[in-house]
Amino acid sequence: MILKGINASDGVGLGRAVCVREESLDYSAVPYSGKETEKNRLREAVEEFNLRTSAMAGRIREQAGPKEAEILTGQITMLADPFMLSQMQEAIDGGSCAEAAADSVLGMYADMFAAVDDELMRQRATDVRDIRSRLLSILLGAAGIDLSNLPAGTILVAHDLTPSMTVGLNKENVSGIVTETGGRTSHSAILARALRLPAVLSIPKALELIQDGDGLIVDGGEGVVVLNPDARTRAEYLSKQEDYQNTVAALEVFRDKPTVDADGKYYHLYANIGSAAEAADAAKSGAEGIGLFRTEFLFMDRTSVPDETVQYEAYHAVSKIMAGKEVIIRTLDVGGDKAIEYLGMEKEDNPFLGHRAIRYCLDRPDLYKVQLRALLRAGAEEKNIKIMLPLVTCVEEVRAARELLEQCKKELAAANIPYDKDIKLGIMIETPAAALTADVLAKGCDFFSIGTNDLTQYIMAVDRGNAKVEKLYSHFQPAVLRAIRNVISAGKRVGIPVGMCGEAAADPCMIPLLMCWGLDEFSVSASSILSSRAQIYRWHEKDFCHLTDEAMGLSTASGVAGYLKASVDQ
Amino acid sequence: MVSQKVKVVNPQGLHMRPAQVFVAEMNKYDSDVTIIFGEKTINGKGIMQLMASCIKMDSEIEIRCEGPQEAEALDAAVKLVEAGLGDL
Repeated sequence: MILKGINASDGVGLGRAVCVREESLDYSAVPYSGKETEKNRLREAVEEFNLRTSAMAGRIREQAGPKEAEILTGQITMLADPFMLSQMQEAIDGGSCAEAAADSVLGMYADMFAAVDDELMRQRATDVRDIRSRLLSILLGAAGIDLSNLPAGTILVAHDLTPSMTVGLNKENVSGIVTETGGRTSHSAILARALRLPAVLSIPKALELIQDGDGLIVDGGEGVVVLNPDARTRAEYLSKQEDYQNTVAALEVFRDKPTVDADGKYYHLYANIGSAAEAADAAKSGAEGIGLFRTEFLFMDRTSVPDETVQYEAYHAVSKIMAGKEVIIRTLDVGGDKAIEYLGMEKEDNPFLGHRAIRYCLDRPDLYKVQLRALLRAGAEEKNIKIMLPLVTCVEEVRAARELLEQCKKELAAANIPYDKDIKLGIMIETPAAALTADVLAKGCDFFSIGTNDLTQYIMAVDRGNAKVEKLYSHFQPAVLRAIRNVISAGKRVGIPVGMCGEAAADPCMIPLLMCWGLDEFSVSASSILSSRAQIYRWHEKDFCHLTDEAMGLSTASGVAGYLKASVDQ
Repeated sequence: MVSQKVKVVNPQGLHMRPAQVFVAEMNKYDSDVTIIFGEKTINGKGIMQLMASCIKMDSEIEIRCEGPQEAEALDAAVKLVEAGLGDL
């Protein structure tokens, strides 16, 4: 059986399932034994929690280092909060048993953290819930989940990975991770990537479908789990695993190298990120900057527009993490197809041709200026932030945005708030209109970045989600290639840098063409940084130019793709 | 009661580690420690409220100490915050 989930950490793992089932933490049958007894029970449980947690922290300090251990020592500090403990004691005075007191007070703090505006601080809610379940487990005399003695070849299957579970892990015996919840930026995902374990997250009902001892294959790159595979499937994946390990080992040499081709010409290789938390990941993976920071995440899962401080914090955090390196931040890119209720966007018959992205933002200067001000301020210290406008189709839009930006600068100057007065303003090229008028647009922009996913969709007039027309969707379509070539050359003529932040920038078959046309900056997902650098490294100018001439002489997408694949794989 | 206003200078604000440093130091003193941040009144010896208040860099906070060691506590608190809480 094949189970599909979110591809959270690359690699292939084969092994047997160990299911981590949540213990029952039901305390409804626990009687109330009087104030003093309950307070003593609570105090003893806290002491036991501290003992167990510092033992775990000690183990992890040896295994992984002091930083990882701090998550656990932090939990001890959190539970030592005298004010919180007095709240628990008050609950006991009010007639709650120790379990109920701990549950309600820690639950209240978890909710409090879950509701704050700060993305990093919000993750503390996971810690508090972790403290709660372990404290309850101690009070109830449950065994506790211990993952320090897993058998070799374990594939861990859990609802979610909590910090305490994962730090006690004997990693060398774990071949993969499967969970029922979590996305690419969840604690589980970040941890799996740090441990370099393949992980597939958000498989619904994984704990019902998978039993202890079941044979499992985890393909973290594809986001696929194979349950009880047959011998042939196992053999296939074993060879895929070997290929993957060989590739990773071969790419490792590129981690600290500059991005340079075989003739010694330098290129910029940046990462695309979707949240402030991913910036550190990107820096670690060898990115020389951020080529696309999507800001939509700041606006999601909320009930009101994030204020200037909230936005400033997120942009400023990334600016600091990437100090000395460029950070291109794309302003809000939303439309009627994305559900952000408080923005009051109407349902449209044709949302992809509708009131979205820069069009919507320019009609909502109240909202847009908040973002522009936050961006201007966030770049004040490092001066490394560049602003990118999405879905531009004409010069008027750039002018209107620049005018708003100038207004924001004046307001900040008048209020004596520091900002980056030289901040660069560029556009994302993702519409046929922008690609065709790149020469005019270039005169009013500081940079271009080509978004190939939308550009392909709009040029080919094809919805990539529609299986009946999907085959038309390819960045090797001669129309798309010509558009890209035109944009790069228009940028070069005016002397502004041109980047690409769509999936095509990491396609080994596309890279030589982009090099030939003079693309300055490739922005790819963090996991594609090293492979893209390796591709760029292998090409001489005379070869990529020859290849490009041949490819541009072909008249069909399949012809171009076939020719490039055959040449690049050589 | 003694009090003083001070500006948070470490870039991360009062995140886990800086808050931990602050709370650990404050618990050494026989004095109540209260932080006034905007409209919030926060117990300066407990990390939970302190973190959940999301005090950022450049925010101004007021530290109030009350008890037998209030002067020493305030002095230590101000010095710690001004030095960036080990986060600079």
